[in-house]
Amino acid sequence: MLEVKDLGVALTMGGQSVPVLSGVSFVLDRGHSVGLVGESGSGKSMTALAIMGLLPPGARVSGRIVLDGRDLLALPEREMCAVRGRRIGMVFQEPMTALNPLQPIGAQVAEPLRVHFSVTRGQANARAKRLLERVGLGKISPHRYPHQLSGGQRQRVVIAAALACEPDFLVADEPTTALDVTVQAQILALLAELAAETGMGLLLITHDLGVVSQTVADVLVMYAGRVVERGPTAGVFGAMAHPYTHALFAARPSESGGRPVAIAGQVPDPLYRPPGCAFAPRCARVRDVCATMPPLIGVGAHACACFNPRIAA
Amino acid sequence: MLGYLLRRLTILLATLLAASLVVFVVLQALPGDPAALILGTGAREDTLAALRHQLGLDAPLWWRYATWIGGLSVGDLGTSFTYHVPVAELVRQRVLVSLPLAAFAIALSTLIAIPVGVAAAARRGGAVDTGVMGVAQIGVALPNFWLGLLLILLFAIRLPWLPASGFPGWDAGAWAGFRALILPAVALALPQAAILARVTRAAVIDTLGEDFVRTARAKGLTRRAALWRHAVPNALIPVVTLIGLQFSFLLAGTVIIENVFTLPGLGRLVFQAIAQRDLIVVQDLVVLLAGSVIIVNFIVDLVAAWIDPRLRRVGA
Ligand SMILES: Nc1ncnc2c1ncn2[C@@H]1O[C@H](COP(=O)(O)OP(=O)(O)OP(=O)(O)O)[C@@H](O)[C@H]1O
Ligand SMILES: [Mg+2]
Repeated sequence: MLEVKDLGVALTMGGQSVPVLSGVSFVLDRGHSVGLVGESGSGKSMTALAIMGLLPPGARVSGRIVLDGRDLLALPEREMCAVRGRRIGMVFQEPMTALNPLQPIGAQVAEPLRVHFSVTRGQANARAKRLLERVGLGKISPHRYPHQLSGGQRQRVVIAAALACEPDFLVADEPTTALDVTVQAQILALLAELAAETGMGLLLITHDLGVVSQTVADVLVMYAGRVVERGPTAGVFGAMAHPYTHALFAARPSESGGRPVAIAGQVPDPLYRPPGCAFAPRCARVRDVCATMPPLIGVGAHACACFNPRIAA
Repeated sequence: MLGYLLRRLTILLATLLAASLVVFVVLQALPGDPAALILGTGAREDTLAALRHQLGLDAPLWWRYATWIGGLSVGDLGTSFTYHVPVAELVRQRVLVSLPLAAFAIALSTLIAIPVGVAAAARRGGAVDTGVMGVAQIGVALPNFWLGLLLILLFAIRLPWLPASGFPGWDAGAWAGFRALILPAVALALPQAAILARVTRAAVIDTLGEDFVRTARAKGLTRRAALWRHAVPNALIPVVTLIGLQFSFLLAGTVIIENVFTLPGLGRLVFQAIAQRDLIVVQDLVVLLAGSVIIVNFIVDLVAAWIDPRLRRVGA
């Protein structure tokens, strides 16, 4: 079980400590899937990097990230290296740059095996070949280089490498954002399929609500470094409460050809967040009370941080 | 691969031909009398005529160019006017000093600069980085003749370990020859290493910020393993390119250090040939040095393609 408890991250910018993430909590079980949605800058990647222990230098983390009883934030770097790639795999947003251009793809898929297990080169390569087949690259030689592959193929290589050691959890940070729409669907289907097959827990990060609704069991909607709404995916989509979730839903690109309605305004810079609800300046339902921080409360698993939620859809 | 090599060879020959034509035109075909240039003003007309005949200047221009190039192509570089020996022999002796010296200096510089540059990049902003880059800054600014003199004072005079100057020739034994090259090589290598270390540091800092380094860390590689296996190899192209440039420079651009250590190298030969207006030697050396620069570039390209698969062209 991977449990994120009251996670906070502050980055040092220009000598100043700026909070970019606060009070993020969720639980991810094996065989389970959680989606993290929100606009650009809402802190999704920071959450992922905090879990991986790969935050930029100068970042200060608070809260706990507990993996099977051990707090990852308290682990010495050596032991954290044994967690990365072995217990938790990660897939990144940019397949074009996530692979080393100088190494053949087979070697890059085999690398985590050689790091975490004492296997021979031959064994690692044989397994890498099987992994490449599993992600649908059976026809592509492991001796190929990343620049000889398309974006979707590269993302498949990254996924194969992340899965090489059969991790218990996979963090996928916008794995399809950089890809063509048709390829996006294929990659998502592949991830869902692999998760079901291996029983690993999947943390899927995206800014696309449509993606979330089809792929994950639980969803967290993030805005300006906080969770503003969360719950079972069906529940959240069946009865959206937070005005931001509504806005995000209206802004999603839809297959039916309906026009997405862009959310007016921008995510506030972490340096200049308003006190209270960070969405207030962009919110049509804003009230005086919104100048104070709304708590995340709700009935059962479905919770929302808003003083004036819009219940009727 | 064969097609690629042939293409490169054609380019090499064409460039050499162009270089030879330019230097020939500048030295021999432009208005002005090479004989007068050599003998200086106030030379008597009959002396000038005799010299012109000796230099073959009474033949037509195209014929002079053709015989020079024809000779070059079979290794006959002509005869030096000042030394009265075949230029080929002159060059051979000098290359036997300059080539090992340049190779030695470049090896030394590379061995120092790459680990230092990588270490500084890995601890960017830390004490090691600041210290190393401070020393490198000084190293870049040091004139190498001063460094040469300092080395002679320290390791030849104060501590009589190494010869202060001169070159005994390889006939005196490999070790004796090597000993004579140690101090000049160090004097040449240190300033080059300072530049190379800075370039290495900058290149590694760039690649450390690349996504694939983060991917490597996410696979469980330690910071150190990600640095050496992913960041450093990707930083090597600019480093190798600079090493090639430095090597080309060291082959003949070292007249100052050759003078400080009284070494009979190519740099001094170039310098003397120009000073004494030994036209044929100047012409030959320009073409040879152009050739060596092109060959070094070619080797750099091969190494770069070996490092980076994206640089291997189709069919190469
Ligand atoms: N290296 C960094 N240094 C300083 N600030 C950063 C850095 N990376 C991100 N931030 C800031 O942290 C906040 C959260 O960023 P994060 O990358 O987590 O957003 P995100 O939700 O992943 O967005 P995106 O959809 O663009 O990936 C943003 O305001 C961003 O400006
Ligand atoms: Mg992100």
